[in-house]
Amino acid sequence: MDLNYITGILTLAGINLMAVLGLSLLTGFTGMFSFGHAGFMAIGGYTSAMMTVKFGLPFIPALLIGGLVAALVSSVIGKLTLNLKGDYFCIATLGFGEAIRLILDNVQYFGGARGWPGIPHHTNLLNVVIINIVAIFILANIVRSKHGRNMIAVREEELASQIVGINVFRYKLISLMISAAYAGIAGGLMAHYMTFLQPKMFSLTKSTELTIIVIFGGLGSISGSVLGALVLTSLPEILRAFSNWRLVIYGLAVVIIMITRPSGLMGGYELTPSSMKTLYTRMKNKNKGLPNQMEGGKTI
Amino acid sequence: MSQLLQQLINGLSIGSVYALMAVGYSLVYSIMNFSNFAHGGVIMLGAYFGYYYLTSVGLPFPIAFIASALTTCVLAVIIERGAYKPLRERKAPFLYFIISAMGTSIFLENIVIATIGPTFRTYPEVLSRTPIQLGSVSIGRLDLAMFIISAICLALLVFFIDHTKMGKAIQATAYNIKASALMGINTDLVIIVVFALGGFFAGIAGVLFGMKYTVYPQIGVITNKSFIAAVFGGLGSLPGAVIGSILLGVIETITSGYLSSQYRDLIAFVLLIAVLVFRPRGLMGKVTEDKA
Repeated sequence: MDLNYITGILTLAGINLMAVLGLSLLTGFTGMFSFGHAGFMAIGGYTSAMMTVKFGLPFIPALLIGGLVAALVSSVIGKLTLNLKGDYFCIATLGFGEAIRLILDNVQYFGGARGWPGIPHHTNLLNVVIINIVAIFILANIVRSKHGRNMIAVREEELASQIVGINVFRYKLISLMISAAYAGIAGGLMAHYMTFLQPKMFSLTKSTELTIIVIFGGLGSISGSVLGALVLTSLPEILRAFSNWRLVIYGLAVVIIMITRPSGLMGGYELTPSSMKTLYTRMKNKNKGLPNQMEGGKTI
Repeated sequence: MSQLLQQLINGLSIGSVYALMAVGYSLVYSIMNFSNFAHGGVIMLGAYFGYYYLTSVGLPFPIAFIASALTTCVLAVIIERGAYKPLRERKAPFLYFIISAMGTSIFLENIVIATIGPTFRTYPEVLSRTPIQLGSVSIGRLDLAMFIISAICLALLVFFIDHTKMGKAIQATAYNIKASALMGINTDLVIIVVFALGGFFAGIAGVLFGMKYTVYPQIGVITNKSFIAAVFGGLGSLPGAVIGSILLGVIETITSGYLSSQYRDLIAFVLLIAVLVFRPRGLMGKVTEDKA
């Protein structure tokens, strides 16, 4: 296989991973599902492309501005919709993502539905990997901090965490803003990799794909998200030979995962050097298997 | 004035088809409290079945119509058995149901692309295209048929829900599924009936939709609008779904008539967000209480 081809797939997986990491904080650690993260990617992508193309900014500041704008938009959306219960929040994000796409379809400044070519090529495997390592480092620290534990408390039992004095709304909003910033940066990376942007790239299918990767990797596991992004982005490429059937298999796989192993690949566990050591000693001592803490999740 | 009247009539006809689709979402939501996104795929397959029954099998129109509705009826029940029942037995959170539904809808859309292909298909001409003139207003024969067929179906549904034993059981289960099971209602059967009803109407709506426009695998994306209509009227409420659909149909045709057809879809989604922000339970939805 061609080396360029493999780096291409890995770069795409890295871009997806960036968005998935953000969504992992929102879905895996705060317990809120979003079907509109492609909308935040679109905002970040178009903003950062505007910065490099129309204002001549360097690449990294443009990416950060893209992430910042996505976070700001998400704070407005969050203030309006985060009070909605369960299903309704999903639906609101779905509506938001589609609305962003349809608005971009009509903005002639960005080329409208025909797309926007001629964005400089800045993204390569090296800077995607570096950005992802920084992103994972920041995310792992957030999750382990007091704020991260508060978010997990909100995921586990919203009412109880409110009673012990956690400002549920505030933590949901922070989680949403951070995840939108990640998605925005991912959008910027994508814009400077493809050198072309089109609203169609950020459809509901893209949002669903991101959510599916998070679930596939395992809710509440950063290493699961990393594995999920690598496997699920490269899988369609490997199955390229049956290109028509790959999405059929993909859809079927999602249903089967939901039915048989809803906890995902990692099931809430992390793959770190210390956890691998524990696992190794346990297997040596032939202890009972790991208890599956995420099984079934919260019952209604 | 006559232009407004014309738009209202067009809106009523497309709104009534949205209503047929929206009751499918609402029925399932009222019992199982999740949005069944696989419904769009079932509607799409309904349009395809109708197309093939008419062209390849060569059935006469009314029989092809009923046959495709019955096929999607069976299909919806199979989806429930396959994708939702295992989750239901495990008492999984509603989010898993949504993901499972999303997976099913990806599966249905792509299996059509893989087997039949992504090309657009046009229904043979069943009704003559010359419109009926009423003064300055012209009504398409197809639009009239869509409105009448939808109205008959919805009337039958209302009769079924209000006047049969199974309908009463559906109402009771929607009110409280656990208590209904304790009272001896076979809630598993109720769920099957609800999916069968939703699938039946999805087939009819799919055929009508295919006749009005064209048939292609991504119809499911357009049927998302009937989902918006169901949210607009209040998820889980049948009258809400019907009123929401008709309002949405009228708003859409008026936007494309007076503004631009490009803004038609945008208006629908903006309306969705506005409803969720200002009145999340929709026009007539049931008040959901937090049972934490």
